Amino acid sequence: MTDGAVTRSINITVPVLARVEGEGALDICIEQDRIVAAHLRIYEPPRLFEKFLEGRAWHEVPDMVARICGICPVAYQMSAVHALEGIFGTVVTPWVRAMRRVLYCGEWIESHSLHIHLLAAPDFLGYASAIEMSKDYPEIVRRGLRLQELGNALIRLLGGRSVHPVGVRVGGFYHAPGMSEVAELLGRLRAALPEAEALIAWTAALDLPASATPAITVALRHGDEYPMNEGRIVSSTGLDIAIADYEQHFAESHEAHSTALFSRFDGQPYLVGPLARLNLNLDQLDPAVRRALADGSVHFPSANMFHSIVVRAAEIHQALLEAIALLEVYVVPEAPYTEVTPRAGVGYGCTEAPRGILWHRYETDAAGRILSARIVPPTSQNQAQIEADLLHTLQALDANSPSEQLRLRAEQVIRNYDPCISCATHFLKLTVRRT
Amino acid sequence: MRNRPRVAIHKFSSCDGCQLAFLNLGEALLTAAELVEFVHFAEAGPVAPDEKVDIAFVEGSLSTPHELERIRQVRANSTYLVTIGACATSGGVQALRNMADAGQWVAGIYAQPQYIESLATVSPIAQHVPVDLELWGCPVTSRQIVAAIRALLFGVLPVEENDKVCLECKRRQQVCVMVSKGEPCMGPVTRTGCGALCPSFGRDCYGCFGPAENPNTTALSRRFAGLGLLPEQVAQRFLFINNAAPAFHAAGLKAREDSHD
Repeated sequence: MTDGAVTRSINITVPVLARVEGEGALDICIEQDRIVAAHLRIYEPPRLFEKFLEGRAWHEVPDMVARICGICPVAYQMSAVHALEGIFGTVVTPWVRAMRRVLYCGEWIESHSLHIHLLAAPDFLGYASAIEMSKDYPEIVRRGLRLQELGNALIRLLGGRSVHPVGVRVGGFYHAPGMSEVAELLGRLRAALPEAEALIAWTAALDLPASATPAITVALRHGDEYPMNEGRIVSSTGLDIAIADYEQHFAESHEAHSTALFSRFDGQPYLVGPLARLNLNLDQLDPAVRRALADGSVHFPSANMFHSIVVRAAEIHQALLEAIALLEVYVVPEAPYTEVTPRAGVGYGCTEAPRGILWHRYETDAAGRILSARIVPPTSQNQAQIEADLLHTLQALDANSPSEQLRLRAEQVIRNYDPCISCATHFLKLTVRRT
Repeated sequence: MRNRPRVAIHKFSSCDGCQLAFLNLGEALLTAAELVEFVHFAEAGPVAPDEKVDIAFVEGSLSTPHELERIRQVRANSTYLVTIGACATSGGVQALRNMADAGQWVAGIYAQPQYIESLATVSPIAQHVPVDLELWGCPVTSRQIVAAIRALLFGVLPVEENDKVCLECKRRQQVCVMVSKGEPCMGPVTRTGCGALCPSFGRDCYGCFGPAENPNTTALSRRFAGLGLLPEQVAQRFLFINNAAPAFHAAGLKAREDSHD
């Protein structure tokens, strides 16, 4: 099939998507000069985690669910411990609450820095990889890698290591860092503030395509803070529910081309993640972040998914500021955790993973053994929206554009969501509707 | 720079965490990219899965027919094949499904199970192709990866660290969590490499680096029972991250048998 034909019916297939986490493929189908279908095909095999959890002890859950994702293990641990503490009636100390926030800040910084520099930025500057890009933009890439390492250092402070950290337990932490470790890291965090501000300006100055994709946005919202570990689930359409009521509005279904499930909100695709979070929580941003954002040419709330890269930079800044504020008043606690008394029940956890809300539900028996688990990761929730966006964005282009150009734009669209395919295929337990 | 060794990083069924041992190198990632040429590393950008390379690092276990085809191709194209992490080396946590009827699970969960291609069992790489070097750990550390690349650049295999976590823990002069707190620590049978991280946090090791050389799982199982663990609880200590590693698998099944006695 040649591009010079009067009409064309072609399929553009990208068998292995580069610079996404996990393995996915892209299929674009054009018929009679019209783009009729665009699919993010997730073929990564399912890993059945929810079944593995059945019969395990409550204290094994944080170590088990971390393995769903190497990039955002903290998110899995956080949603899980909150759900289990809900069942057991555990009240954690203010110290634990603060340190969980610090830990999550580390993951946001690590994950967002990785995504901006290693996955997304090369697209906008015309490189195939950050390694190539570093030849012309060495300081930019190095700054990104330094920020990523700083996020990892924060996770190590409380978790021992940044991938599958070992510090989190139901009720709190196994270990409290010493004053000198905290002081050393505080110095590094403060020193990075100018770098984070500069990163916001740098992302806002990128040549980001103008685009407006209609989307219902969904995020957590908390009265006193930018949402991370706690809050209610809210949407741009006025939804405002407790996390326990999630299943009344959100349902998953299985589509043939994917091993990840598709989530829909009252039957509609919806968006979770940094852009949704920021749009719905602008008033909770630190004033310094708002100022840094106001200096750029990008304004929020925004309906342009390409602005997600700017939001990630803003959230790195936000997370740095929060981690600094929390660690400045750090004290070594009497005990880094509250003792847990298991009991039977059902509990829910929903936290803001770097890629959006991560919802967990567990049922335990009287000894705290897991009877059932359900985990809904952000990428499953975004998958229907990604496909809607792909179709919308591509249809706005001339279908006779060179295939290479269509492919690049489609890949950019997908990367805006920072899909984490390993997460999405961890296994999905749903209410099967057979028709 | 001419003649840089050519390196590929391949992903199979996994969480992506072991590839992060590269991506989390910080600025050293750029140094690494000068020492070697990343020919295939999809998450970082380059996609060329069928190129010939000097070293192929393989993350993840094998769980679909397509993955079996792919690993044979990787083996054929690589001088050295190095597995990174628990999934590639022992099957990883997802090998837990080998002990259950995974087909039934899939059918109970996906509305259209015919679209889910999946083998009956999950297996480590070495079960299907010869492996030159296995790096244990869930996840592997950047230190292991860098040491492996450096050694291979000199044309030798790195020294295998297969001591027990206990020895590392003693060298660090940490208080034993089993003796002092009665925690069911896996340190006496688990391979070192993590830096005895869990005991340093005052908690029990859970075996994520797999079995050490010559592990005495029988004695440890008895000790766990002495600490008050029920047979199924003993079994779950072994049947976790490295449940399919032969030494842990056997110890777990043995404990489970005891619960039926």
